[in-house]
Amino acid sequence: MDAILLQILNGLDKGSAYAMIALGLTLIFGTLGVVNFAHGALFMIGAFCAVIMNRVLQLSYEVVDETRVDFLGNPLKVQTPYVEAWFGEFGASIIQYSVPMSIILAIPVMIVLGIGMERGLIKHFYKRPHADQILVTFGLAIVLQEIVKFFFGANPIPQPTPDALRGAIDFGVYLGFEANAVVYPVWRFVYFVFALGLIGAVMIFLNYTTFGMVVRAGMADRETVGILGIDIDKRFTAMFGLAAVVTGVAGAMYTPILSPDYHMGMDFLVLCFVVVVVGGMGSLPGAVAAGFLLGILQSFSAMNEVKAIIPGIDQVIIYLIAVIVLLTRPRGLMGRKGVMEE
Amino acid sequence: MSGTKLNRRGVLKAGGVIGAGLAMPTIFTSQARAYVNEPTGSDVVLGFNVPQSGAYADEGADELRAYELAVEHLNGGGDGGMLNTFSSKELQGNGILGKKVTYVTGDTQTKSDAARASAQSMIQKDGAIMITGGSSSGVAVAVQNLCQEVGVIFMAGLTHSNDTTGKDRKANGFRHFFNSEMSGRALAPILEANYGTDRNAYHLTADYNWGWTTEGAVKTYTESIGWNTTAAVRTPLGAGDFSQYITPVLNSGADTLILNHYGRDMVNSLTQAVQFGLRDRQVDGKDFVVVVPLYSRLMAQGAGENVKGIFGSTNWHWSLQDEGSKAFVQSFGTKYGFPPSQAAHTCYVQALLYADAAQRAGTFNPCGIVEALEDFEFDGLGNGPTLYRAEDHQCFKPVLVVKGKENPTSQYDLLEVVDVTPTEQITYAPDHPDFQGGELGNCNAGV
Repeated sequence: MDAILLQILNGLDKGSAYAMIALGLTLIFGTLGVVNFAHGALFMIGAFCAVIMNRVLQLSYEVVDETRVDFLGNPLKVQTPYVEAWFGEFGASIIQYSVPMSIILAIPVMIVLGIGMERGLIKHFYKRPHADQILVTFGLAIVLQEIVKFFFGANPIPQPTPDALRGAIDFGVYLGFEANAVVYPVWRFVYFVFALGLIGAVMIFLNYTTFGMVVRAGMADRETVGILGIDIDKRFTAMFGLAAVVTGVAGAMYTPILSPDYHMGMDFLVLCFVVVVVGGMGSLPGAVAAGFLLGILQSFSAMNEVKAIIPGIDQVIIYLIAVIVLLTRPRGLMGRKGVMEE
Repeated sequence: MSGTKLNRRGVLKAGGVIGAGLAMPTIFTSQARAYVNEPTGSDVVLGFNVPQSGAYADEGADELRAYELAVEHLNGGGDGGMLNTFSSKELQGNGILGKKVTYVTGDTQTKSDAARASAQSMIQKDGAIMITGGSSSGVAVAVQNLCQEVGVIFMAGLTHSNDTTGKDRKANGFRHFFNSEMSGRALAPILEANYGTDRNAYHLTADYNWGWTTEGAVKTYTESIGWNTTAAVRTPLGAGDFSQYITPVLNSGADTLILNHYGRDMVNSLTQAVQFGLRDRQVDGKDFVVVVPLYSRLMAQGAGENVKGIFGSTNWHWSLQDEGSKAFVQSFGTKYGFPPSQAAHTCYVQALLYADAAQRAGTFNPCGIVEALEDFEFDGLGNGPTLYRAEDHQCFKPVLVVKGKENPTSQYDLLEVVDVTPTEQITYAPDHPDFQGGELGNCNAGV
């Protein structure tokens, strides 16, 4: 029982990331009808906002310590971050919080990048076949990857977890299990709560604001909304920016879990497309539900007891579920009629 | 005035003479060529096949820096580096056999097919006489096979799988880097001394050739000191999030986690194991410990402070204080501003060993090189006395056991050498069961 509980918890943070990326993908697909293969790259760029914030906070001045030597035997140059020099221990703790603080950087960066991508490149492909859209966005993803690799290298760059949020919570004790039987890292729990908050905020925005309602109306019937004198294109462009922000901040907050590197977006991209298809093309609740569902199932499939029955199941489970769902419900779990069916 | 009369017979005769003339060099070349890409001018071309893109691009960049430094030293530039400490004194800084060393590079992308294609291009188009480099055992085996087929020497870069000089060994291929078997033999006594003989180990293993051989070796030697293997779980290469593989460890009864992962996988799995509080756990009164059989400084940088106190093995480390290592670190550090990685070291040494072998053999003929390298004993290249064993073309030298440093003084000062395992302890028989199934065969000069 404790092992099952552990895998459910385990699937939640992974599912949170899948759900947020898939939500962004669905927003773009639902509004603009674009299959955006550069979406994983947006997740990666968001993660690198955390890296940049950390580096900015760690900007240092050098002091030569004559008592110590570097690897060449020269006097050691000791780096002291400015914030630490200016604010002492408080400054040092600010550096620890570079990941949550990076959201402040990620939001404007992702808005600019998202809108720039849409206006500068993707809008020229609206009337082209989906295959063209896939090719151009996939190419864009590779370009973004290579730019990041040029500036940051290929190795993963670890990001700090704030001291107050380090370590693991012993959930088992609260549920009557033995101590240390069901432990879960604090930061992963924070990420799950963050994801719920962000997804909830997007849903509220779309369902309870005038802007959101117009966008949803445009998703349902673009022409009629246009006839009413509303410039739906501008709103859809803004939704592209919003989707980029959701995905970007999801990436930034994920960095203490998975050290960012230039390739991390591609690792998520294919899985998240499966999530979108399983959830139902164009369905926001479907994307979120499928994200969590597949995250949890993926965790379960890695249990030794499961792998003893079906060896290798952990590597195919997501695709297997996709096949089963598409065979039984061709539109996905919550797919809308008419989407991708012409 | 008499002019030359152009008739049909004359045209045929002239055509025949011209045709024979044009064909002559080719005929001579093919008959005179003793081996593939025999250098005829004043230069000799080496092919550096390293990952310039993909997950190991940083390691590849360090390998390339080392090769460029080696070329500089071979041609008499810089401070000479390890040429000054190498026990063989054949190389004089005037190239190899009087020919200036030049090089071409290829990108393996850490993919076997791409690595073969780039090696083939360097051999066929650029005239490379030797191929060297790489950061993956899969790539090493693939390129080694190609070099054997084509008839050029392959000096492997970073490859740790037993198979490179085991079942996939080839006469034209040579490996300076250590291997999984040696890691197991070197680590076990240190693990016994630090953690005792009563341990339950849980292996997480990258699901490909290198992971399997490393898991096998470490299991064999930890079980020989009394440890029990609780489980050995295979994880997909490049999984990213390993949490679903780490959580079963919590309730398995294991008190030791052995991460048979390298590169990005190692960085992620170790970081996540620490996040799940494994290093703070106690199992049956014993502190939970993590072991990483193959360490590299570049990986340690990626894992950050999570490496503190964790044991592993490595081929070489920049903090070694022998004359060869000091000379290399000085050259490399002065040129590039940071210390070299173990990948850089092995590549630099391989380039020098090839050059020295050619110099001693008096030829670039691969069969001459093979003869010069087989059973060659040398010193002064950073690992102490070393033997290139003839039976499998594997270097035998002391192996370093390292530990993540508790109080690093810089971003490079992450590992400390806790033991230098002597060569006798890591030496195994050429017909060791884990290395069987392949033959060196005969050297191939490609003609």
